Amino acid sequence: MSLIAIEELRKSYGEVEVLKGINLEVEKGEVIAIIGKSGSGKSTLLRCINGLETINAGTITVDGAKLAEDEAHLRALRLKVGMIFQQFNLFPHKTAGQNVMLAQQVVKKTGKAEAEAMARKMMDRVGLAEKFDSFPDQLSGGQQQRVAIARALAMEPMALLCDEITSALDPELVGEVLQVVRGLAAEGMTLLMVTHEMAFARDVCSRVVFMHQGRVHEIGRPEEVFANPQTPELQSFLGVNRAA
Amino acid sequence: MTQFTFMDILRNLLIATEWTVILSLVSFIGGGLLGLLLLFMRIGKSRVLPPVVKIYTELFQGTPLLMQLFLAFFGLGLFGIDVPPWLAAGLALVLWTAAFLVEIWRGCVEAIPKGQWEASASLGMSYVEQMRHIILPQALKVAIPPTVGFSVQVVKGTALTSIIGFTELSKAGTVLTNATFQPFTVYGLVALIYFALCFPLSQVARLLERKMNVAHRH
Repeated sequence: MSLIAIEELRKSYGEVEVLKGINLEVEKGEVIAIIGKSGSGKSTLLRCINGLETINAGTITVDGAKLAEDEAHLRALRLKVGMIFQQFNLFPHKTAGQNVMLAQQVVKKTGKAEAEAMARKMMDRVGLAEKFDSFPDQLSGGQQQRVAIARALAMEPMALLCDEITSALDPELVGEVLQVVRGLAAEGMTLLMVTHEMAFARDVCSRVVFMHQGRVHEIGRPEEVFANPQTPELQSFLGVNRAA
Repeated sequence: MTQFTFMDILRNLLIATEWTVILSLVSFIGGGLLGLLLLFMRIGKSRVLPPVVKIYTELFQGTPLLMQLFLAFFGLGLFGIDVPPWLAAGLALVLWTAAFLVEIWRGCVEAIPKGQWEASASLGMSYVEQMRHIILPQALKVAIPPTVGFSVQVVKGTALTSIIGFTELSKAGTVLTNATFQPFTVYGLVALIYFALCFPLSQVARLLERKMNVAHRH
């Protein structure tokens, strides 16, 4: 059975329907890139999977458990699926280490020593062991995003949702974050990432989902999708010269 | 008729100042506690409570404090409840202070970026956990300068209670003027004493604001 199963998912903001019946199955260990123009619904799709948006129709199942709106279900879901945001969203009043420890202690009721050990391990994993006691505003954007990844990993999720996690970074900082993500993919973490990094998607992802106007427009292995786009929309998105 | 010396006037005014300070403290602390309660009702997820608090704050912010004092003093009297001036003054000021503080604090909570809510939610925190660990600690830092600043308004607000007969600084000033026929001396001193109470508060507020801006993270 697939780890994440999305069936006929629909989501509207008022009159505007942003997701018009999405079907997607994600196997454990898959790395999926979601690409598409802004407004195509790709970020909304990720946010629905984490319960940050309420859905209007359809179902989302993660590891056999169906997404429901009550707090207990949402909490259970969010323990299975971590999320990384474009704007990092570190807690500015806590050090990097405390950022990584907090949810373990509060949500999982992990003891302080154990939470700290886990936090140090995860900070080391993203290459920031020496920044444990720094506050977020003492870190570069790339470092903040890596702390955010460590924070999500410390909850030991089954899958990570990455919402344009390099889009707010200066170009020279993108590499260090993608390097961490590449490592996670290699270790078998299930990843769903909305991204504009086409080269990265081509290298690392097992499947690419092209979204267009609230639908999954094309889906396939990266070498097929990038080398041989079927629809005119994807061709124009990828900048393929159709005349040629 | 006894003659009042300058020192007599000053001494009497300082005795009355004690009541201004006490009333200010009662209003500020009582209003703060009530305001905190109202804040949780206002920003909570209930459907009923936020509009109720909203109407409350609109009412108290949209009517003069003087009217509120009159209503507390005379209004309850209509129902046969004898309200002493100190009680009416305290009650009206507590309610009035709470109405302003709840709006100041709500602004501070809402100033916390949405991303903080989303990040903490995505880590599995419940509403109460988010409030306790993420939102309120950050909102508190934002809230301190405007809250201390508002305390100046509370001190000045107590002057109105003289009208319902509560003997604080302003009332003592009126009494002394009637006795001495030296309104300029008396009210000049009254004004100076208010200034001596308020100026340090506004300075502290300014200092805190500067400090929070420099080191807003810690």
